[in-house]
Amino acid sequence: MAQELRRIIATDCGSTTTKAILIEYIDGEYRQTVRGEAPTTVEAPLNDVTRGVINAVTELQELARLKYDNPDILLTNGETLIVPRQGDNGADAYVSTSSAGGGLQMMVTGVVAKMTGESAERAALGAGAIVMDLIASNDKRANHEKIERIRQLRPDMILMAGGVDGGTTKHVAEMAELVGAADPKPRLGSSYKLPIIYAGNTDARDIIKETLEEKVDLIITENLRPTMERENLGPARDKIHDLFMEHVMQQAPGYNKLMSWTVGPVDGKLENIPIMPTPAAVGNIMQTIARNYKIEVLGVDIGGATTDVFSVFTDDHVFNRTVSANLGMSYSISNVLATAGVKDILRWVPFHIDESELRNMIKNKMIRPTTIPQKLEELVLEQAIAKEALRYAFIQHKEFAVSLKGAQRQRGIDEAFSQSTSGETIVDMMSLDLLVGSGGVLSHAPRRHQGVMMMIDAFLPEGITRLAVDSIFMMPHLGVLAEISEKAATEVFEKDCIVYLGTCVAPVGKGKPGKTALSAEITLPDGSTFKEDIPFGELRLLKCGVGEKAKAVLKPQQGLDIGEGKNQEITTQLHGGVVGIVLDTRGRRPFDLPENTEERVGLLKKWMRELNAYPESILK
Amino acid sequence: MAQAYSAGLTVTESITLRKERILPLKGKVLVKKGDKVKAQDLVAQTLLPGKVIPFNLANKLGVPADQVRNYIKVTAGDNITKGDVIAKTNGFLGMFKTTVKCPLTGEIENISKITGQLLLREPRIPVQVKAFIDGIVVDVVPEEGVIIENRSAYVQGIFGIGGETYGQIKVLVKNPQDTINANDLDDSCKDKICVCGAMVDYDTIIKARKIGVSALITGGIDDNDLKKLLGYNIGVAITGHENIGLSIICTEGFGNIKMAENTFTLLKKFEGKDASCHGMTQIRAGVMRPEIIIPLQFSEEDLVVEEPKSSTLEIGSRIRIIRQPNFGEIGKITALPEELTKVESETLVRILEAELDNGKKISIPRANVEVIEE
Repeated sequence: MAQELRRIIATDCGSTTTKAILIEYIDGEYRQTVRGEAPTTVEAPLNDVTRGVINAVTELQELARLKYDNPDILLTNGETLIVPRQGDNGADAYVSTSSAGGGLQMMVTGVVAKMTGESAERAALGAGAIVMDLIASNDKRANHEKIERIRQLRPDMILMAGGVDGGTTKHVAEMAELVGAADPKPRLGSSYKLPIIYAGNTDARDIIKETLEEKVDLIITENLRPTMERENLGPARDKIHDLFMEHVMQQAPGYNKLMSWTVGPVDGKLENIPIMPTPAAVGNIMQTIARNYKIEVLGVDIGGATTDVFSVFTDDHVFNRTVSANLGMSYSISNVLATAGVKDILRWVPFHIDESELRNMIKNKMIRPTTIPQKLEELVLEQAIAKEALRYAFIQHKEFAVSLKGAQRQRGIDEAFSQSTSGETIVDMMSLDLLVGSGGVLSHAPRRHQGVMMMIDAFLPEGITRLAVDSIFMMPHLGVLAEISEKAATEVFEKDCIVYLGTCVAPVGKGKPGKTALSAEITLPDGSTFKEDIPFGELRLLKCGVGEKAKAVLKPQQGLDIGEGKNQEITTQLHGGVVGIVLDTRGRRPFDLPENTEERVGLLKKWMRELNAYPESILK
Repeated sequence: MAQAYSAGLTVTESITLRKERILPLKGKVLVKKGDKVKAQDLVAQTLLPGKVIPFNLANKLGVPADQVRNYIKVTAGDNITKGDVIAKTNGFLGMFKTTVKCPLTGEIENISKITGQLLLREPRIPVQVKAFIDGIVVDVVPEEGVIIENRSAYVQGIFGIGGETYGQIKVLVKNPQDTINANDLDDSCKDKICVCGAMVDYDTIIKARKIGVSALITGGIDDNDLKKLLGYNIGVAITGHENIGLSIICTEGFGNIKMAENTFTLLKKFEGKDASCHGMTQIRAGVMRPEIIIPLQFSEEDLVVEEPKSSTLEIGSRIRIIRQPNFGEIGKITALPEELTKVESETLVRILEAELDNGKKISIPRANVEVIEE
């Protein structure tokens, strides 16, 4: 019989660092109490991921001893973790996520790239994979090129989709032949056959078996797109997770041992809790939060090499995840320059810098990725680059998070004359409730105000949106914890994981500079009132602390809209945060920056000063 | 004493080098353990499978896929020559026959009953692996390749482009801060590895390629010139595959940066010697940096592989600054305060204090220096 959940150890085994947190049940609530980390030990010379876990948990143990002034606390005996708890020693559960060894790398196939191909990609991304390539019957590459590509890729597994149930089998059969001809090999070790999940037209199952069964480890599951109108991603995602555990993790050094360690109480019994791919766990916690609080959430994690965007939109809590594999702040920083161009980066910079100097600075960061901006100018430049990296990652996300393409919609009379079609993005910034940022450049910006500025400029939230950052990137731990206790995961998310920065109020539309865009009357927690007819093209920052709320009467002018329609006044409560409430009348759809450098720099300086983003020395 | 790890690039006058020279797939090893090899000797070779070309036979014959087997004249595994008849219909009363000829020379890989497709495989492609360095074969991985060791003078660069190449070292500048221009290159630079000081520009690179220079070693390169040379922006630093007619190795980074004194002195000392080098760079996952390898005379007893030293920051350590301000300057650590310190950008970091060789006293984030091994 398992004990109640009073102490939980959670780790995230990243490619460079293993991060451990301790969660404890104190005074009727779950709190994250201490955090430790150690280098991941999946590669030579140690070749055993559990060493890094033991080291990180040993640090937890030492910090817990200091915190509680109790030198007897034991979480590990040096060889393994103490689970379940024995009296005061050990923990009741140990859960873990992993992205070590490059995470889960997949290739997906479909018949029509924008239909079954995209559904397969969504299933793989949602399961936490990096999609190395999408190969579809109509993707314009010649068949021999597709075969070459499949052979080169060496994924951990392949997900094959294609065709609705009862539809033609010819194209899926052709794709299976191409895969068979390429004879793909798994990335880790040649001691096992490459797993291929078939989740396409059920009528083609026999053909697929005949073509591939002898060459690969074939797993057949339900069609992920049984009809044009419906996606059924769950079974394929579950199979991906099973295979991730059974095949990929088994090949990674030490994971067999680690998999036997991850246990926790489920329905009163101590059971094994599968290790989750890190991004899948982040998706899990975001969906849990959206469901529990009945809100729409957008999250971003900007790392050195990649940027992940997660979203939960619509009343059905539709979850989407995208990975912008080559947008990041160190290894991939040069690719941000290649994608955005010098002009779009420099439009966020409030001083003159020579193009050549900027290019060389970016390349030097790429080749020495661990260096830190010491000069203020370099910090400003890195944050300008971050805005563009985030903006492009978000563009890619909006293009991917769409209603099903190819589906025929039944339209109501109100839609009969509208232009809406299938395949439109479901990302609606006006209805978005919470925008969460994480990753060094956002979470560790020297001033929290800079995090607010980067998130607003990159994502351009509309209407009323709360802004937050993940303090120490705890979302993966909480995502896997939600598998055994949603209560523990959401309580820790709210109290220890999220740092609320404040709320952004941004009317949508274009107004005339100098003329009132928003009439605001805001009663602040200290009893004072802010009242102003704010002209178009301005920013205002009002102090309103964490946990505090301000009563606001907001009336947009000049045909602008903050959620209730053009010029419609709303009365609402605005949440505070470590930065406060930002009133942004710079316009949306479009948001324009002046082409003229002098004019633009003047505005940037004014806005940065108002937001208290940088020291005055750089804004003179 | 306070210490911290800080990886630096290796620059040394003598090191035991160990190079794995492995085929991309199994093949034949051409040398044996104990053999002495020269850099350009072949050590292993194999044949890569040829490209697979799908060929829609059902379409060509104008018959349903399941009837292809009635007309086909070849079976899977057959060797075929371009122009061979591979299928033929009987036609109607001996007329309207359709004959399909093979579009390439190679092998029949597979015949599909379901789609009526043939998979044809082109002839195998030979792949050869050279020794890359002068040395001794110390181990043979059967059917895969060899491990070669030698003693070398060795310089690691920070970034490069272009693959493996060879040549004599020729130093074109007097001082590491000097730069050259296109006019400084002449026919005497052909097949040489040319050391160019703080920077090479686009025109110089083009002239070097025209002359037939093997490689350019430089402190820095301007990113605009690199883009112009390659025709694209390097997005992610995985390089070495560029086919630009020569290799370029930067020892310091991007921009005009004085070549590190010890690197320059070493290359100058070995001027006229044969060397191997490559520009292959990979920053992430299995870090790879460009290398310049100058083989030394050695006996087998000299081949002792030194334990890799982890560079530590200690008071008195020589360091090089690897980010602005003072990028490229050399100095000596004078203090390693433990507490987090706010730098100009307001970032809270662990810093060190140092005295630069020009006498200037600075404090700098520890992440922005590398230790110079002495």
